[in-house]
Amino acid sequence: MTTHMDTPMAMPSTVTAGPPGLAPRNLRRRIGLRQALANGLTLAWRNVMQLKHSPEKLTDVTLMPIIFLVLFLYVFGGVVAGNTHNYLEQLLPGLFGQMALFASMGLGTALCEDIHKGVFDRFRSLPIARSAPLIGAVLGDTVRFCVVMAVLTGFGSALGFRFHAGPASIIAAYVVAYVFYQAMCWISALIGLIAPSPQTVQGIAVTWTMPLVFGSSVLLANTSTMPGWLQAWVKVNPVTDLADTVRALTTGGPVGSHLLLTLVWAAGIMIVAFPLAMRLYLRRV
Amino acid sequence: MTKAIEAEGLVKRFGATQALAGVDISADRGQVLALLGPNGAGKTTIVRILATLLRPDSGRASVCGYDVRSEGTVVRQLIALTGQYASVDDELTGTENLIMICRLLGMARPAARSRAHQMMEQFGLADAARRAVKTYSGGMRRRLDLAASLLGQPEVLFLDEPTTGLDPRARSQMWDTIRGVVTRGTTVLLTTQYLDEADELADQIAVIDHGVVVASGRPDELKARTGSQTLAVRAADPAHTAQVAAAVAEVTGMRPDVRGDTGLVTTAITDPAMAPAVIRRLDDAGILAAELSLHLPSLDEVFLTLTGQRTEDDGKAA
Repeated sequence: MTTHMDTPMAMPSTVTAGPPGLAPRNLRRRIGLRQALANGLTLAWRNVMQLKHSPEKLTDVTLMPIIFLVLFLYVFGGVVAGNTHNYLEQLLPGLFGQMALFASMGLGTALCEDIHKGVFDRFRSLPIARSAPLIGAVLGDTVRFCVVMAVLTGFGSALGFRFHAGPASIIAAYVVAYVFYQAMCWISALIGLIAPSPQTVQGIAVTWTMPLVFGSSVLLANTSTMPGWLQAWVKVNPVTDLADTVRALTTGGPVGSHLLLTLVWAAGIMIVAFPLAMRLYLRRV
Repeated sequence: MTKAIEAEGLVKRFGATQALAGVDISADRGQVLALLGPNGAGKTTIVRILATLLRPDSGRASVCGYDVRSEGTVVRQLIALTGQYASVDDELTGTENLIMICRLLGMARPAARSRAHQMMEQFGLADAARRAVKTYSGGMRRRLDLAASLLGQPEVLFLDEPTTGLDPRARSQMWDTIRGVVTRGTTVLLTTQYLDEADELADQIAVIDHGVVVASGRPDELKARTGSQTLAVRAADPAHTAQVAAAVAEVTGMRPDVRGDTGLVTTAITDPAMAPAVIRRLDDAGILAAELSLHLPSLDEVFLTLTGQRTEDDGKAA
């Protein structure tokens, strides 16, 4: 019979316990970073398998890009850019940010539901890295990002959108959006851990994503008619930085400081949100 | 030799509720310890503390000599937990659940796969291997849960109400499986609301009520204290209830419990021959009994004997 004891996982600083009946085992005092990552990937695999069995969970990320592209393009296109074609070239890269933000919000609800079920008790009583269930949830949600971006790009192309940049900068645009998405996932995880029930997660998520999404340069609104405080908000909003970065990367324009600012924001959010989420998670239940 | 489970003075409070008010329990290696008590007695809280899911407010607990607070990482390598609500993933198939746990325990992918298939077979779940767990029956779910707990060959296995909600057949299957686990040398701590379950499986029973251990010992010791059977008599005419109670008291030498609403007179007895003696006594007095029965004491009756109080639920109803 194969057991976990003879796998090449033993770490230094072990102790032994030799009980009657059962084989002696090497006990580890600490869980290393490599194992934490391996555990996280296994739990990410779990999330992906769940999506495979219940693909309807991807309905929101499939429909959202279509609905928002159609609405924004035909409602605002004429007003903002004179015609819909010009607007599409600018709108679609901007929507990278909005879609990443919206897609990340599913995580909080799923996490909150998961914690209320017994399966998280098992994870917490297994000899795995304490952070693995959270890391797994965030990594597993990469699927949602891929779907939302594929639909956005595919449907946009059908409406006439074309990239005006080399493959390297197009790939860079997706990578930056993904890094931003990861940061947003940690905030979503935080909301999922704070919310008393899965139903309340949605409410909190909507409340905080709306100002971020619409108080930004995503829709190319005219900021000169905004009150000063709102102009300032649009300026510091990381979604603006992301939208402008992706816009520049996909249309071949100058990226300026937006790329750096986006990455700094993403890193900053992760540095704060990860330990906070861990603390809440370990205290929960 | 260190004890498999040892807890001293465990105290835990949730807001205004005192869940545990100083619990001491211990189990030797290879033993089955049953925590017997009604809902809300604190059984699950004890399990959660021992499984490192919850920190006690005060007190000390260790598993195989390792402190659950300061050496949680080591403890988690020695234990497995099967929760009150099956701790398996509803949306995955049974096999996927087991593969996931194997992988988390550090097995390579092919080894995890073959171990998962082998366990599904062993637990009689091979036919349902490719179905999502949410389509499983209650009994199948518990079996899968137990299989998942055994993948790491735990030293100490926690079973939180392993048969609650199961039909009698699934229940006795579960008992057989648990007995099988014990023969491999695993120490088992199980919580239950059923006296017969504790009696069937346990080497030691700790009766828990309101966050304290109200009695503990081997099943036969406890039964000697609570009486091995309960005698219940009800007079056909409620007016004769007092006479019935007197007859029962005379024969058994104990003051029986009389329920005013139903007229049911009950008492714990150790000698089954007392039942016919009561019948003769009533016959002599010309009293007709509408009901006369001998049965194993219910949890409620055990509590009544041990604590002089009914369990909470019943107390409210009465």
